[in-house]
Amino acid sequence: MLCENCGQREATIHEVLIDASNTKREKHLCEVCAAGGGPQEPTPESIPAPVSELIGKFMVGGPTGTGKAPAGMPTCASCGTTYAKFKQSGLLGCPDCYAAFEQRLGPLIERAHEGGSHHVGKIPKRALEDSRGGGRLDAILGDPAERTKRLAELHKALDSAVQGEKYERAAEIKQEIEQLRTLFSEGDA
Amino acid sequence: MVESGDPGGLPVFDRGAEWLRGEGAASDVVMSSRVRLARNLAGYPFQTTTTPEQQMEVLQLAHARLMDVSLAESVMWVDLRELSDTERDLLVERQLISRQHARGKVTGQPGSTERPRAVAIGLPDERQSVMVNEEDHLRMQSIRSGLALTEAAAALNAIDDEIEAGLDYAFHPRFGYLTCCPTNVGTGIRFSVMLHLVGLKLTGEIDKVKHAAVDMSLAVRGFHGEGSDAAGDLYQLSNQTTLGKSESVLLHEMERDIVPRVIDYERHARKELMRTRRTWLEDRVHRAHAALRSARLMATSESLDLLGLARLGSSLGLLPDLDPVEVNRLMLAVQPAHLQRAVGRALDQQERRIERATLIRTRLGG
Repeated sequence: MLCENCGQREATIHEVLIDASNTKREKHLCEVCAAGGGPQEPTPESIPAPVSELIGKFMVGGPTGTGKAPAGMPTCASCGTTYAKFKQSGLLGCPDCYAAFEQRLGPLIERAHEGGSHHVGKIPKRALEDSRGGGRLDAILGDPAERTKRLAELHKALDSAVQGEKYERAAEIKQEIEQLRTLFSEGDA
Repeated sequence: MVESGDPGGLPVFDRGAEWLRGEGAASDVVMSSRVRLARNLAGYPFQTTTTPEQQMEVLQLAHARLMDVSLAESVMWVDLRELSDTERDLLVERQLISRQHARGKVTGQPGSTERPRAVAIGLPDERQSVMVNEEDHLRMQSIRSGLALTEAAAALNAIDDEIEAGLDYAFHPRFGYLTCCPTNVGTGIRFSVMLHLVGLKLTGEIDKVKHAAVDMSLAVRGFHGEGSDAAGDLYQLSNQTTLGKSESVLLHEMERDIVPRVIDYERHARKELMRTRRTWLEDRVHRAHAALRSARLMATSESLDLLGLARLGSSLGLLPDLDPVEVNRLMLAVQPAHLQRAVGRALDQQERRIERATLIRTRLGG
């Protein structure tokens, strides 16, 4: 079956979407379109698919049964988990898998988290203090490009809070932005 | 190994679990609030690829650390390999471990009760607990009666800092706290409330709430989490997004925006039932109360449904002599492992139905 979005590649990802009126609709996409890399769909879903469905689709999508990764499928050097294996189970093998699969995992994670692509919020307290002493802040806070993206994520949340007239939340997010800026400037010092 | 002041298997848990007290904000609708954090140790693979030796190392590291952390007045360390199936089920029913942790199962792999895993339980109130070697190395939770996500989150945040003071967590500048399943990555935090939505069930509006929740990217589950049905009209509502929003934003979305709206909706449904169908409602409530006080055979789901109606009757003042805390306690006591523990022996299904009916009759003065 060909991908219903681009009509060019084989559909390996099969989703069942349920809308507010409990109507089921099936979607058959290739990996590129499912990850958001293909042409935009003419009728975007008004309801975000629940996270379990997004991950669930990996259990029915992609090559199964052979246990072998097709050529070009990335493999985590630390634990040997292949991307194909992750697609089957929805679970990763080790912390390093995130870096090994970052390119493919990024768009999937973004869809699963309502567009959230960068962590904002708590940072391990002691690890942060330790890295301050050792000058390894990048390992915790990310490089300058990562930091910019993180701030952009917060600004996005701030805009949405203001638009939704959630002023109390907007004030909190502003505070978070300030805290993060202070942290970043300390890191640069 | 069970380490506590009371040797010889699991303690009796004399005090009811704190979350069943039936107190706290909005306790007419909100049974309990729970906050959960998923954490993994740096330098170890996730559960999907760990060797038994690595699982043992994680278990030992977590044990050493958790016995030093102020989870509560005292900490009980329970090695799940050393419990019977019924004892493990007892912990599931008390919401201290997940069903998959009881079975030693990680998604996509066959379960083994020999898998090295444990739970550390803060006593005497069981408010804080930490599962070790579940899907993530550490799954810690804080649970409270009524709507109290802020308090639960604050307590858990402090415990998380204490644990991290002695153990390195797997953390990534972009993805945050790294978890085995990418649906939990970022903050690794899950806010859940257990809601008694009996009014919305009776007015037929419950599906609307479920759809609205899905629209807001929330998960709606039954009493015992994923895959369980909503016995007693108890529903768990939780956030699904964990990346791109801070803990405090997620907390406020749940506690200030979403949950109060559902509470208002449920209270409105109850009020409408009292206004327009009072006799019918009184009949349902009194029939439930009568069946609880006189039945001779009772299945778990039936007893939970009847107790749910009795709980509604109590909160609307239709059953003034009924103690709502007793009803909450019974919701736990009627479950299979608790029942067998109370009777002191293994029971088959028919025996359980008899004992369950007897227990309820005795407690409710039937």
